[in-house]
Order: sequence, then structure tokens, then C-alpha cells
Amino acid sequence: MNRSTLRAAVPPLVALVVLLALWEGAVRLLEVPRWLVPPPSAIGAVGAHEASALLGGAITTGRSALVGFGLSAVLGVLVAVLLASSRMVERALYPYTLFLQTVPIVAIAPLLVLWFGPGPRAVAVSSFIVSLFPVIANTLTGLRSVDPSLRDMFRLYGARRLATLWKLELPAAMPHLFTGLRIASGLSVIGAIVGEFVAGFAEGSAGLGILVLGAYRQLRTDLLFAAVLAASVLGLVLFGAVSLTGARLLRRWHPSAQGT
Amino acid sequence: MKVEGLRRTFPGNISVLAGLDLDVAPGSFVALLGPSGCGKSTLLRLVAGLDRAEAGHVTFTPTLERTPGERAPIAYVFQDAHLLPWRSVLDNAALPLELTGVPKAERQAAARAVLEQVGLGDATERYPAELSGGMRMRASLARALVTHPRLLLLDEPFAALDELTRGRLDDQLRALWRKLGMTVLFVTHSISEAAYLAERAVVLSRRPARVVLDRTLELPTERTAALRTEAAFAREARLLNEALEQGEHW
Repeated sequence: MNRSTLRAAVPPLVALVVLLALWEGAVRLLEVPRWLVPPPSAIGAVGAHEASALLGGAITTGRSALVGFGLSAVLGVLVAVLLASSRMVERALYPYTLFLQTVPIVAIAPLLVLWFGPGPRAVAVSSFIVSLFPVIANTLTGLRSVDPSLRDMFRLYGARRLATLWKLELPAAMPHLFTGLRIASGLSVIGAIVGEFVAGFAEGSAGLGILVLGAYRQLRTDLLFAAVLAASVLGLVLFGAVSLTGARLLRRWHPSAQGT
Repeated sequence: MKVEGLRRTFPGNISVLAGLDLDVAPGSFVALLGPSGCGKSTLLRLVAGLDRAEAGHVTFTPTLERTPGERAPIAYVFQDAHLLPWRSVLDNAALPLELTGVPKAERQAAARAVLEQVGLGDATERYPAELSGGMRMRASLARALVTHPRLLLLDEPFAALDELTRGRLDDQLRALWRKLGMTVLFVTHSISEAAYLAERAVVLSRRPARVVLDRTLELPTERTAALRTEAAFAREARLLNEALEQGEHW
């Protein structure tokens, strides 16, 4: 770790330690019941004790989120390419993609159970539905923002539609695509957990959503906090992986990735 | 190249070209001058086939239809370099050949050769973000020249550069034109640049553009920086300036 990385890491770490100390102190001093707000030390202890359940839950949820995210990435780009193919197609179809943004996933989750059965498949579909829109919207913006002079140049050299898409539009849309993928990565974990609330009861290892529900029903608030923390870490890992991939691909040419 | 009765009107009934005529001899270097918005860029786009005129036409003798084995007869250099930022200088210069289906080894060899010609032989693996403005413009010029075009259209290519870089690129462009012998149509706002580069200058009026002055410049073929201080250069520059001022009030 070089000095600048260390310098960047110190302030948030100090803030975290101070926050945890304040939390711990306040809960003990005010004698807040543990089932209402557990102290960080209790959350840490239960986290260590239930580490294998939390890790198993994170793997189960992570798998569904990854499937959902992967589907969003692939289908999101394909739909965006379709919408960008003509203004008429965009006008006809884009309003319907907004449903994906506004659909209350909790309300339709029971439908997913009916259609896909309880278990990881319905959970992955829930994750997919929640994370699809940002990929479509951002990729479409990227495809639409191609420099008109570059389009002219491709026309001048008689480039075919597929060559223009592959060599000009998709690379130009990459920064926007990665913005969409970063948003979608976090949403895919949220979608998977919400899906597990309704559809996650199946044989095999319980996901984090099931752990959260179980801890809530047993009033084990410390475990609930630990499971929520694990879900956040899972989201961060996915977000970090996508950001890193984007930074590597864009590093040499896009300002957003320079200096990363 | 013969431009006859070219007419182009933009939405809002803005008439930019209202029957423009212009003849350009093969292998000549013609500078197009005129006030901002008079239609110089529109004319270039119409010549390149990137826009359509409501009336009139542009004809080429011999025809500029792509002959068998020819890569692209027309090349266009825009106001900014407009390189693909995700490609190296070499891949940018090779792009026109890639789009016209030339095999990789052949197009890379051609791109390397033309990059050498514009002085970017040691920057082939660099990316546009790693280049200065002048280097980016040279890469853009290399990309235009890689197909060995018969007609090179340049739309104020060096306008955003500092004077020193601009002067160097002017020299380089003129040297390349003399070596390669293509027809050049060069749009510029700079009287000095037009007089230094071109064999012939065409001054257009404010829109709708009409030809105010069409003059073969009485200057030597060999041009160096010293020419800019000579009386003949000053005379040509004055004539162009007068025509430009006249065109403002047409």
C-alpha cells in the first residue's frame, strides 16, 4: 500500500472508529435494550459466532445476485442497442422499460414464485428485474452521445451498420455502460435479498434475506445487524469488482478512470 | 471538381448556399475563406457526400467513384482531431483501411508509414489522451492520408492550435501535398494561413455564400517562414482581406 492510498484510507477509518465508539458508549450509557439497538461489540461477537452461516448466506445471495446482474448486463446492452437503432423504436419501446424502474418488486415477488418456483431462480429473476433499468438507460445515453463527426467519418469510409456499432458506438458508450453497471451491481444485491424475503425458501443454504427474516422473527437484532452488514459488504464487493473492471478498461482513454 | 448551382437551406429557412459555382483543378490546393457561418463547412460536407443539397450538384472528372482496389477517394479532416480515444495512434491512423476491409498487417504497415511522414513514428502506441493538441491533429492528418485520397477536405483543422504548432503543421501539410499530389480544399479563417498554403484562394461572402474573389496567388512554389515577411505575400494577404471585408457587406 503506497503512501497516498494510506492517506486516503485514514480519514474514513478514523471516522468509523469514532462512530462505533460513540454508538457503543451511547448504548451502554443509556442502557438501550439489546433487542432494540445492540452495541457494535455484540454485533461483532455474533458475527464471529455465526460466521459460517453468514458466509454461506452471502455466497447463496451473491450467486443469485451475480446471475441477475449478468442477465441485466447482457440483456440491458442488447435492449439499449435495439432502442438506439432508431428513434421510432426508442419512442415505441422506451416508455415500457420505465416499468422496470417503477415496478414494486415486493409486490410482484409472489408472481415470480408462481412462475419460477421458490428458490434461487425466482431470486435471480427478482435481482435481474431490479438491476436492468440502469443498464438500459445508461447504455442508451452512451450510444446516443457518439460524436456526430465520428459518425460522419464512419459514413465517409462506407462503414457498415455492424462495424459502426462495434467499432464506434459500443466503445464510445463504455463509460456510460459502466456507470449503469455500477448502479446495477448494488441494486442486484438488493433485488436478490428482496426476492429471498418472498421466494428464498428452498432446500440448500439460506441466503442473507432468509437470515435477516429469521433474525427479525426471533428478535435477534444483533444477528440482523450482522446479516445486513454482510449484505452491504456483498454489494460493495460486487460494486468494487465492476468499478475495477471499468477502471482497467477505460484507464488509458477516459478521464473518469484516469488516476484510479 | 465542378460545383454547379449548389443550394442548401437549413431549417428556419436559413439559406446557406443559394446556387454556388466553383471549379477546382485536379492536384490543386485551394483555400476557402469567408465569414463565420457563410457556408464553407456546408460546402465541404456536400462535396464529401455527408450532406445533400436541395439543388445543384458536384461532379468529379475523372469520377471519384471508388476504383477497384482503391481504398477511399475522399478524406476529411475535421475542426478538431476527432480521434477515437480508446484506440492507439496506430489503430486510429489505420481505421479508414480497417473500415474498407484491408487486412491487419497491410493496414498497420500503411499506417506506420504515414505516421512516419507526419512525424509521429515514435508515438504509434500512445493514446490520444497522451498527446498534445498538435500531435493529435497530426494523427488526424495521418488518418486522412492513409488511404492515399485523391481529394483531401480540411475544415479549419489547425484553428485550435497555437501559432508555432500551426505554422509547423502548415509546412508539413504543404510538403505532403507537394509529395502526394492530391487535390486539397482547405477551409480557414486565417488570411495568412490561406496565402501561405494555397495556390488559389476563394473568398466567399456572408450567407448565402457567393464567390467574392477567386484568385490564383502570385507566390513562389517553395514556401518558407521568410515568405510571410515579403512584399508579395503582404500584397496577396491585403487582397484577401479586402475581399473578406467586401464579402461581409454583400
